[in-house]
Amino acid sequence: MRDHISRAARAIPPSGIRRFFDLVQTMDDVISLGVGEPDFSTPWKAVDACMYALEQGQTSYTSNRGMPALCERITDDLARDYGLCYDPATEVIITTGVSEGLDIAIRAVTDPGDEVLVAQPSYVSYAPCVTLAGGVPVPVPCLARDRFRLNPDLLMERVTPRSKALVINFPNNPTGAIMTASDLKGIADIAEDHDLVLLSDEVYGELSYDGPHVPAATIGALRERTITLNGFSKAYAMTGWRIGYLCAPAELTDAALKIHQYVMLCAPNMAQVAALAALRSASVEKGAMVDEYHLRRNLVVAGLNRAGLSCHLPEGAFYAFPSVVGTGLSDHEFAERLLSEERVAVVPGSVFGEGGAGHLRCSYAVSREDLSEAVLRIERFVASLGERAPVPALGTRQPAD
Amino acid sequence: MDDTDATLLRLLEENSRTPSLEMAAMLGLPVENVEERIRALQVSGVVRRFTAIVDRARTDEAGVAAIIELKVSPERDHGYDRVAERISRFEEVRSVRLITGTYDLHVIVEGGDMQEIARFVSEHIAPMERIRETATHIIMKSYKENGTLLLPPREGGGERQPFSF
Repeated sequence: MRDHISRAARAIPPSGIRRFFDLVQTMDDVISLGVGEPDFSTPWKAVDACMYALEQGQTSYTSNRGMPALCERITDDLARDYGLCYDPATEVIITTGVSEGLDIAIRAVTDPGDEVLVAQPSYVSYAPCVTLAGGVPVPVPCLARDRFRLNPDLLMERVTPRSKALVINFPNNPTGAIMTASDLKGIADIAEDHDLVLLSDEVYGELSYDGPHVPAATIGALRERTITLNGFSKAYAMTGWRIGYLCAPAELTDAALKIHQYVMLCAPNMAQVAALAALRSASVEKGAMVDEYHLRRNLVVAGLNRAGLSCHLPEGAFYAFPSVVGTGLSDHEFAERLLSEERVAVVPGSVFGEGGAGHLRCSYAVSREDLSEAVLRIERFVASLGERAPVPALGTRQPAD
Repeated sequence: MDDTDATLLRLLEENSRTPSLEMAAMLGLPVENVEERIRALQVSGVVRRFTAIVDRARTDEAGVAAIIELKVSPERDHGYDRVAERISRFEEVRSVRLITGTYDLHVIVEGGDMQEIARFVSEHIAPMERIRETATHIIMKSYKENGTLLLPPREGGGERQPFSF
């Protein structure tokens, strides 16, 4: 029989840590800092609005683009919060999570053989989406010494005449890094000079703790070449609803909309209803969740540093990204032994691509009780390493970059 | 009172047993500072006491609570204050609030059974000077107390995956 599986499907790697995942399922008393979603429930006002709409029989398709009221509310909020203006009728698509938005955006701009630069460490789907679109993902490392921000010099090293687009995600999963306006300026210049489309996944934008989030499209002339991707999963604890959006100049939006139309038709009606209700009336609930993440961040970063794992201050998202280089273990070894010896699950940084090795992603989207207990166990584990084998001094700096 | 005190109050209201060390780490302050602030909040009367929210329905204690609404004639110079304070001093009374609307005071009373509450209201509250009318509502079931849901814990199905990206 012929091999029925496409080259593209064969080329993409299986999900990073299946083995790990299976192991955790068989163990009791594991505290998992491996989660990538809020531990809160969706604000009740959004749930209630959705249930009411369902009771009223609102179960049809919506327009391909999404409910006009939701598109308008999104563009109104972007204008109000960031002075970023999009036309709700032609420059917005409501997507089935940011995941779909990213996929259709990549497919809208990628021709076979095009290189798509991907700032890494990154969310695990970017590079595979590029591969599936026939493109060639080109990682650009964001390094610990740059606080995991995208360094224009390192970006330039990877730009070629075949470079078509750049995917960034700030605040970043897994590092928690952000980009300030001046950091983005350096990237904007390169995008202009080399005519790159910028795909900016800003799903953690609302979770910025040390200053307001800066949307990439607000920098210089970037708006004209930027596809802004965002959603409700993180800020409104709506992961399971699968609801997000994409904003871009009409030409790019039109192209993405054609794909959306054929592969998705529209985002789920009831999730759109809930998202609109969230934007209209759940800002207090959102604020309370952001405040809580902020406090937990301080708690976990202080704890990890005390445990002897050097950890920069993540300025956004809900992940700490400490280095384990000082322990002499690789990130995979550390994570596996931590799981089996202390029953704490974390994600090895190298799962997230270049620049991630030697680090762990520790989610603080878990209760404070669990977080405190997990930190104690990590501290105990690191101390036990010191007793068993001579290792380089703890808390030493990052891997050789 | 500053922003840090406001955050401390929020943390304590949510869980007054949060360890000081944990609060200190979250606020980025020395633990001594946190403890000093909590003492100051107690001394100034902002924090009255640390207590627990109990779901009575899950205890085997018998007991009944009632909401008593009262119409009160206000006093010259004192308004409702003196009547409200007199009512507040009864052990049976859990809370007393001045409200807008048809009634003036909203009182929550606890007792061993309904007879006890009826007796307490008819002997001690209703005959009190300046009380014009009472309406007693027995509390049948409590769903949320002081911001805490008393619903049964969610049963399986809603569990998050231990790993997600």
